[in-house]
Amino acid sequence: MAKKWLLEPDFRIERDPERCVQCQVCVRQCANDVHQYDASEEVVTSDSSTCVGCHRCASLCPTGAVSIRRAPLDFRPHGNWTAEVLRNVYKQAESGGVLLSGMGNDRPLTVYWDHMLLNASQVTNPSIDPLREPMEVLTYLGRRPERVEFGPGGVKDLKTQLDPTIRLQTPLMFSAMSYGSISYNAALSLARAAKESGTFANSGEGGLHKDFRPYKDNMIVQVASGRFGVDVDYLNNCAAVEIKIGQGAKPGIGGHLPGEKVDAAISATRMIPKGTDAISPAPHHDIYSIEDLRQLIFAIKEATRYTKPVCVKIAAVHNIAAIASGAVRAGADIVAIDGYKGGTGAAPTMIRDNVGIPIEFALAAVDTRLREEGIRHQASIVAGGGFRCSADVVKAIALGADAVYIGTGALVAMGCHLCQKCYTGKCNWGIATQDPFLTKRLNPNIATKRLVNLLRGWTHEIMEMMGGMGVNAIESLRGNREHLRGVGLSDRELAILGIKSAGE
Amino acid sequence: MKRIVAREEFCIGCRLCEVHCLVQHSKSKKIIKAFRKERETVVPGVKVEQAGHVSFALQCRHCDDALCIEACMTGAMHRDEATGVVLSDPDKCVGCWMCIMVCPVGAVNRGTGRRVASKCDLCMGEKMPVCVANCPNEAIVLEETDDE
Repeated sequence: MAKKWLLEPDFRIERDPERCVQCQVCVRQCANDVHQYDASEEVVTSDSSTCVGCHRCASLCPTGAVSIRRAPLDFRPHGNWTAEVLRNVYKQAESGGVLLSGMGNDRPLTVYWDHMLLNASQVTNPSIDPLREPMEVLTYLGRRPERVEFGPGGVKDLKTQLDPTIRLQTPLMFSAMSYGSISYNAALSLARAAKESGTFANSGEGGLHKDFRPYKDNMIVQVASGRFGVDVDYLNNCAAVEIKIGQGAKPGIGGHLPGEKVDAAISATRMIPKGTDAISPAPHHDIYSIEDLRQLIFAIKEATRYTKPVCVKIAAVHNIAAIASGAVRAGADIVAIDGYKGGTGAAPTMIRDNVGIPIEFALAAVDTRLREEGIRHQASIVAGGGFRCSADVVKAIALGADAVYIGTGALVAMGCHLCQKCYTGKCNWGIATQDPFLTKRLNPNIATKRLVNLLRGWTHEIMEMMGGMGVNAIESLRGNREHLRGVGLSDRELAILGIKSAGE
Repeated sequence: MKRIVAREEFCIGCRLCEVHCLVQHSKSKKIIKAFRKERETVVPGVKVEQAGHVSFALQCRHCDDALCIEACMTGAMHRDEATGVVLSDPDKCVGCWMCIMVCPVGAVNRGTGRRVASKCDLCMGEKMPVCVANCPNEAIVLEETDDE
């Protein structure tokens, strides 16, 4: 076996001997065995080589004795052969394997949200104070009718039959994260927080654990290429059904939950034998065309007696507008678009970092296309993939989104430190793991509260920004690109985003 | 009375409760000094019991029919009338360890400095016992309980 001497540690642990009291909390908390207690010397020592930089030890250290720094060992600077590139080559030269990563694309690529600025009212139109005046952020997702007709009784006598919709108290939902990729406690926290906040969590492709049934009215269940846990009960114990075609972190790639994580509960939930790998194929093998997609959409609508909207989730890729248009024409009531910064539990690094397009462009292109074709009302658009704050959300809504999926942000609220090692199953924060030592670390009572707080905070901020713009209902902001201006963007970028430059 | 309740399903075995208990019952009440200079003289009143991934913090249950009080020959082990908390008076304790022998949960310890019993006093005078206040995962909570 090749020696690992070319792989230098990513981080260096610095332990302040003045502050360390040898209480060994760090030793007990590190799943990567970085810290050890030498009983004969009565001293705690650290081996930085396996540190992933998750900060668990530093966060729990009662004296603040532990700090974690980027490894100080620098390579000679090289614009092409960066330290990251060299490390990757060393890793592959040793393993001969595919590089894996967790979470979303970590390259410093342009964040287009930061190149868009919001409007505010001055003099000629009044801004609104959301603390004193009503501010509506209620959002409905689903198909809208072509026109509404009323009987002789007026507005209370609606003749048009409406399609099913789901009602969100705030235009924020939790992205699909399966039980299996995240722990039971993490999945439970998302479901509980969604219920408490009047919005929706998404089961992901791993089925719905029977304990989560009480949250069914706030769950969107996913039908993915592996069809894990899908039966008629599953489809009917939810608020909406989502067909997952692709994922922003790894468009064109399936999924793989290693057999070690498939314990009795996950096996029962996914309806696969215990200990077997849960492999989602790259495509749905019964969907090779828009017509095939239509068949699945209507099979699900039949199975749910046309009572639930059906969502189609696609990764943001080239020609996204045409693909989304096809999905709407196939019968999708909601189209979810996942940008290339979306997270994942595990993806090949090259795919994660190089495939897909920014959600900003995808969203603008899809909204524009659906409007041009006169079918925008037939489906709601949900944007996802790297939403970091409420301002990103407001900008997305102004670009044309009906609601936004937040995944990584939700995990961070629960304690995730983006160490990007989800695929190792050793999540020290108890989120992306099934190890019973680690899953206990996430108390769902605490995590639920933190998630609810996050949604609450963002919702308040959304209202504040809307008020500043003089908008008192999120409906008035939706697709209203007049409220956006671009800075530092080329004419082509501005044209695709459909926004004016600042100063115009 | 209010008692500390352990939630085994959330205990992560970090033992921060022990750390903070030790500091609270040290003379200096300063963590670094307590561990450096006073470790030999103070024993935490809480102890994390662990087997595999199952763990929980255990401290005196402050039983309504406390056997330790009955067993104490000097009257050192007594109940604080106002709060119901079971306390050991170090000035009266002679270190016969009968309280340790009779405690059904093993919550009384031998003090390391003077030969006196050491146990949880529910951090009398504090708003919240320090083990509860500092548990990072709310695995020990202070709750009103009717009985044991």
